[in-house]
Amino acid sequence: MTRLGELERAVMDVLWDLLPGRSDGLMVREVVDALAGRELAYTTVLTVLDRLAGKGMVRREREGRAWRYRAAASREAHIAKLMLDALDLGGSRDAALVRFARSVTGTEAEVLRAALSAAGEPSAPASPATPAPPATPADPITSAPPVTPTVPATPAAKAPEH
Amino acid sequence: MTYALHFGLTVLACWLTAQVLARSTWTWRSPRVAIVCWQAVGLAAGLAAMGLPMALGLAAYDLPTGSALWALAEELRRGAWPAGVTPLQLGLIGLGCGIGVVLFTTTLRSLHSAVRAQRRHRDLLTLVARQDPTVPGALVLDHPSAAAYCLPGVRPRVVVSAGTLDLLDQAELAAVLTHERAHAQERHDLVLLPFTALRRVLPWLRWVRDAHERVALLVEMRADDKARERHAEAPLAGALRRFAAAGDRITPAGTLGIGDRDLELRVHRLLESGRPPRLVGAAALAVTTTLVALPVSLFLS
Repeated sequence: MTRLGELERAVMDVLWDLLPGRSDGLMVREVVDALAGRELAYTTVLTVLDRLAGKGMVRREREGRAWRYRAAASREAHIAKLMLDALDLGGSRDAALVRFARSVTGTEAEVLRAALSAAGEPSAPASPATPAPPATPADPITSAPPVTPTVPATPAAKAPEH
Repeated sequence: MTYALHFGLTVLACWLTAQVLARSTWTWRSPRVAIVCWQAVGLAAGLAAMGLPMALGLAAYDLPTGSALWALAEELRRGAWPAGVTPLQLGLIGLGCGIGVVLFTTTLRSLHSAVRAQRRHRDLLTLVARQDPTVPGALVLDHPSAAAYCLPGVRPRVVVSAGTLDLLDQAELAAVLTHERAHAQERHDLVLLPFTALRRVLPWLRWVRDAHERVALLVEMRADDKARERHAEAPLAGALRRFAAAGDRITPAGTLGIGDRDLELRVHRLLESGRPPRLVGAAALAVTTTLVALPVSLFLS
């Protein structure tokens, strides 16, 4: 991992892990303080946050003369998005990944898609959602992703029991 | 007319060879040879599909297609209407060129969008995947579904989900990781790319779909072979079985995805593999090389 990638990851970890109590976002100074062990300069953190904002990973809002930063989507939502790619359910027809094998059920696909469509609303209440049984379990791959923006991210899909 | 006939016969021969290749089971015992055969058939079919309308349009020249194209270009450059070429024939030549352009640009577009998707995926992985001492060199995604895949590229990444870590034991996991690294080393993504592209242009053609699915399966079998060389059959077959069963257990009535028949095939193949059929493989290579040589020689002469 490059140093920049590592910094971006550290900053995102701060936004994700400190945010539950701070839904209004963090000031740059607060991020710097949370990363005190790394002895980063204020401007370095600012640059990383701006880069992340440019990538759409971070949202910022002006407050007085400063900005508040918060993650654009939860960590779970991003993982769900990667898993959709990994399980070939993303609807993309590009040969971007080569898979060993995949094991997925209609329900899992629904939950993953729900998590993805909720990705744009990180402030949605985190109530436990019961995934509806798949309407058309026969074809979870080609059916269009259902638009269910009201369902919050629920990464707790059924684990393959072992 | 002879040249058009040549191209026409090449198209027909490609179709027949594809039918035979799709039905033969020797391909499972030497996946690498079979992949090369499929690539040759694909290339020959593409060239012949371009050449057939071109040769029909260039019938007046009575020259091999390559020379005739030069002659036509020469006349057009001088601003003269090429003698003996009807507007319909000129249209056919245009059609041939158009087919070539479409095939080329679709492949390029596929490559472009694949690279973009890979970059996006890689960026996100950097932010949310973690490293785990049980799988050195691989990244772990904390998700209960089972997936193991390779993100190809100059610096490839092998990724497994937490669900996979729960599902497999150490030996099986090691076999799966070798399988993924084989994909990365042999750039199987690039092998698959032209077939994906072709399927995108001609989604309704059954044999294009078949070719894509066959090659995708052969690529998996090739990676299985690499994993088998290092870890023996049992762990790999075990891993495949567990993946198949994990889907089975949660899905009620036979609603498994397309991949699952292939999983069974791969397990079956690992457990009773014969020696690679050298003679059949060599014959298939000879046939498919001839298929490519036919249109190429017509374009070059």
